[in-house]
Amino acid sequence: MNFFERLPGAFSPPSKPEERGDVGVAALGTHHTITVASVTLVADCGGALYWPDEGLLVVADLHFEKGSAYARRGVLLPPYDTAATLARLAGLIAHYAPRAVLALGDSFHDVGGPARLLPGDRATLATLQRGRDWIWVAGNHDPDPAANIGGGFAATLGIGALTFRHEPTRGAEPGEISGHLHPVARVSRRGRTVSRRCFASDGRRMVVPAFGSYAGGLNIRDRAFAELFDDLGFIAHMLGEERLYAIPAHRCLGD
Amino acid sequence: MTLLESPIVSALPEPFARWFAKRGWSPRAHQLELLEKARADKSVLLIAPTGAGKTLAGFLPSLVELTELRTRRGSKKLVSTGSAIRREGGLHTLYISPLKALAVDIARNLETPVAEMGLPIRIETRTGDTPASKRQRQRRDPPDILLTTPEQLALILATPDGPYMFGSLRRIVLDELHSLVTSKRGDLLSLGLARLHRLAPGITSVGLSATVATPDDLRRYLVPQPPGSGALADLVIAEAGAPPDVTMLDTAARLPWAGHSAMHALDEMYALVGRHKTTLIFVNTRSQAENIFQQLWRINEDSLPIALHHGSLDVAQRRKVEQAMSDGRLKAVVCTSSLDLGVDWGDVDLVINVGAPKGASRLLQRIGRANHRMDEPSKGILIPANRFEVLECTAALGAVRENAQDTPPLRTGALDVLAQHILGCACGAPFHSDDLYEEVRAAAPYADLTRSDFDAAVDFVATGGYALKAYERFAKIRQDKEGRWRIAHPMVAQRYRMNVGTIVEADMIKVRLVRSRASKAVARGGRILGEVEEYFIEMLTPGDTFVFAGEVLRYEALVENEVYVSRATAEDPKVPSYEGGKFPLSTYLADRVRGIIADPSARRGLPDQVREWLEIQEWRSMLPGPRQLLVETFPRADKYYLLCYPFEGRLAHQTLGMLLTRRLERARLRPLGFVANEYALAVWGLGDVALRLERGDLTLDALFDQDMLGDDLEAWLAESALMKRTFRTCAIIAGLIERRFPGQEKSRREVTISTDLVYDVLRKHQPDHLLLRAARADAATGLLDIKRLGEMLSRIKGRIVHKALDHVSPLAVPVMLEIGRESVYGEAADSILAEAADDLIKEAMR
Repeated sequence: MNFFERLPGAFSPPSKPEERGDVGVAALGTHHTITVASVTLVADCGGALYWPDEGLLVVADLHFEKGSAYARRGVLLPPYDTAATLARLAGLIAHYAPRAVLALGDSFHDVGGPARLLPGDRATLATLQRGRDWIWVAGNHDPDPAANIGGGFAATLGIGALTFRHEPTRGAEPGEISGHLHPVARVSRRGRTVSRRCFASDGRRMVVPAFGSYAGGLNIRDRAFAELFDDLGFIAHMLGEERLYAIPAHRCLGD
Repeated sequence: MTLLESPIVSALPEPFARWFAKRGWSPRAHQLELLEKARADKSVLLIAPTGAGKTLAGFLPSLVELTELRTRRGSKKLVSTGSAIRREGGLHTLYISPLKALAVDIARNLETPVAEMGLPIRIETRTGDTPASKRQRQRRDPPDILLTTPEQLALILATPDGPYMFGSLRRIVLDELHSLVTSKRGDLLSLGLARLHRLAPGITSVGLSATVATPDDLRRYLVPQPPGSGALADLVIAEAGAPPDVTMLDTAARLPWAGHSAMHALDEMYALVGRHKTTLIFVNTRSQAENIFQQLWRINEDSLPIALHHGSLDVAQRRKVEQAMSDGRLKAVVCTSSLDLGVDWGDVDLVINVGAPKGASRLLQRIGRANHRMDEPSKGILIPANRFEVLECTAALGAVRENAQDTPPLRTGALDVLAQHILGCACGAPFHSDDLYEEVRAAAPYADLTRSDFDAAVDFVATGGYALKAYERFAKIRQDKEGRWRIAHPMVAQRYRMNVGTIVEADMIKVRLVRSRASKAVARGGRILGEVEEYFIEMLTPGDTFVFAGEVLRYEALVENEVYVSRATAEDPKVPSYEGGKFPLSTYLADRVRGIIADPSARRGLPDQVREWLEIQEWRSMLPGPRQLLVETFPRADKYYLLCYPFEGRLAHQTLGMLLTRRLERARLRPLGFVANEYALAVWGLGDVALRLERGDLTLDALFDQDMLGDDLEAWLAESALMKRTFRTCAIIAGLIERRFPGQEKSRREVTISTDLVYDVLRKHQPDHLLLRAARADAATGLLDIKRLGEMLSRIKGRIVHKALDHVSPLAVPVMLEIGRESVYGEAADSILAEAADDLIKEAMR
């Protein structure tokens, strides 16, 4: 049973704010809001971030054409990953009707990815882009602008109090929203372990989960996260079927 | 009359007759029979108990024939084969064993008589450990007899050398055939045999097997199957030895209700070890082995040399134990199925089987490990660890008395193995689909393979078998102008050879012993103790203790691909929860157990404690008839319980539990979880099932209806971790995902993609894909045991009896005790997350 359904209206845990930093956790129905640098963002259990004030939908690490990238090397993974990723993205776009979509880097698994897009998938992408802004932020897998995929390109993007870039940087200014790390958290209860993609945030910055169907994950107990956040002082917002679950990083399991 | 003049011995050529005579031996009837069959060019299945000279029987015809050939022709000449030069003669006999250690030992045993008789015969082995230089030499100049494993055969067949190496082959000897055919290795081997029959028409095969339920299955396996009819190899059954002397320990101690530790019988077990020369103590799981070993040493006041042997111990450690055993230096070895097969070590005079025997044939084979003289009975003692296991042991004793067998029927060849073989064939030489299809169907497990399935497998190998034809340019095999399939690049063959085989282990992590770390720095470079499954370590947090390799260890850290542990002094270690009894209770024994429970006269033979337990059950609730399913319901501590007793093994019960909780959920009975053991299933929740049954808006017939194997099963399979594990195995065997790569060895985490993600995508976009079909076929009999569940549901249809009780019944106690001890299933993954999140809220509210 959904804990939050038991309470009328919104719920904010009455924690002592000074102990929790400026981590804010709240839920409105299936919306789960996370505050980063005083900006209220909606984290969707589909793995995307929505900024209502700007009408901006953010997805990270789409890794389009990862299947065909493997196929090139003789590992013939099912060629449906791009279509599957696009279908989920289409669902979110239909739901939020964003003014703009921001793909936070590693949108394609490799530099040859855009050229290998199947005609059907290319058409779907164009349909999704129609009537809204679309920004491809550069990633390490896809550092340069590509032809025939529509949208605009940016190395990083600052909007208001937030900075969007692919790779999180150590000691960055508050308000950094990044991807790259593919955060995944694991919890265990009564002999069962559940591992899910998650948003990782300490209220000052956030790492968005990978969105791509074939994108793997990195456990948030990996050193890479401890270096970014102040050790384990962050929260993993794990993706559930219908809502998110906020679990402190120190309560999550390592690999 | 001297032995030499006896008519039996004169059937042997001179050096052999003299050799037998000199040792005062005479060849056994079945050994001579096999010789006769070989002279008549007949393939044959030999069924013989351990200690009957099976191996010699299998090789004698080859030794005789080779001696005659080589002596007659003198030294081998060089001949031209058109494309190369080779020695005349070439490989004569190929021996295949399921264990490479066994192949090596058999070669050693065979060399003794060959040397003593001075026969001009060269015997060699080829395993994964054989150096590349020797393998190359074997290709150029094959020995007369080659001893190897199914994987090595597949490897040779996947090279252009196959036709040359096997062109001269006359005989194939398959050892421990009963064990080989039960797995995908058996499928792969059957395809290899079909290929050999094509390369060397006229070869004969000999299968060596323990007693099995349906010998005809193995007889078909041995010979090429013509379309539409079942050809059979001849059958020779060796004279049985003295019937085994098997009893159940008549314990004075109180029998436990549940658990598998058998600690109540520890003193009696120790006394038995003291009274015998060498005792093998078989247990079902590695954790049991660790525990019993640990406890025996705790009471080992006489310092008896007692050793431990199981599959995840370091190989060097295992070889040491085996050596000590054959030297007669050990008093007892606590072991798992790791000692089920293999050559006979030492002078074992007692086999103890702790826990449930699981199957009658398996038990008979284990007990056959004691006393290898045919004329004396093997001695075995069963030690049940709990009350239900007493019933199972009683059933097994009955089966042993009747010499009843319950080995599984022959498999239907798996499609993932077929895909691997097809690529292997292309690596060897280009092929026409029509020819290969015909060849493959000669293998008994693939006799019923349809052309469309075969073509789907070829398509899978070529471009992945996807409806969306996106990968033509990345094809692994392509058709040439003549329509023959050939590999697209030599690299394909290289990668195939690195990934051949059907054994996909759970991901294992090496366990390294380090000094306990006082500071943060972890000492490196300790000794490797063995390997444990990755998922086991995933459950531990640093500081947890567990028993492994006979020691209590403390989990320190996971460093790259190794787990660091230190010695601990914990009194109550957390024992590794390795997979419970790996072999589920055989259907045959389950039937017998149900029979015992249903039959008052059979119950009279049970130990007093068990009989009384069942009598109270009859009084408080009831004892079901042999074909009935008893369902009990009762309330307990704010929850409502539903118990049922199908006796179909833990795997089938777990699947049933998953599906039942789905239905109860839909019926708004709010199930919370379930726990299954080999005999029963307990489901609990917040809704009162009994009340709903009474009101009549729920019926047990509907709850247990076979249609749960439809949509409910499909929905569950979508998210089942067991199904994903099954899929991963198929994907690896079929070659979609590679385990090893040319170049540096990278860790699995770095290189491979998560097969769970592939499963999700493929399931949505192409649910009838070859790999999903292969995984479903595996799920029917493997980790999910769906086939058995289906048979059970159909058996009990209309025969469900319900008892609404006020409290727990005696029969329910064992499985109820497992709650909290076993992991609880049934919660959706999200409720685990919710619980973890609620902890945070509780903490925040404090």
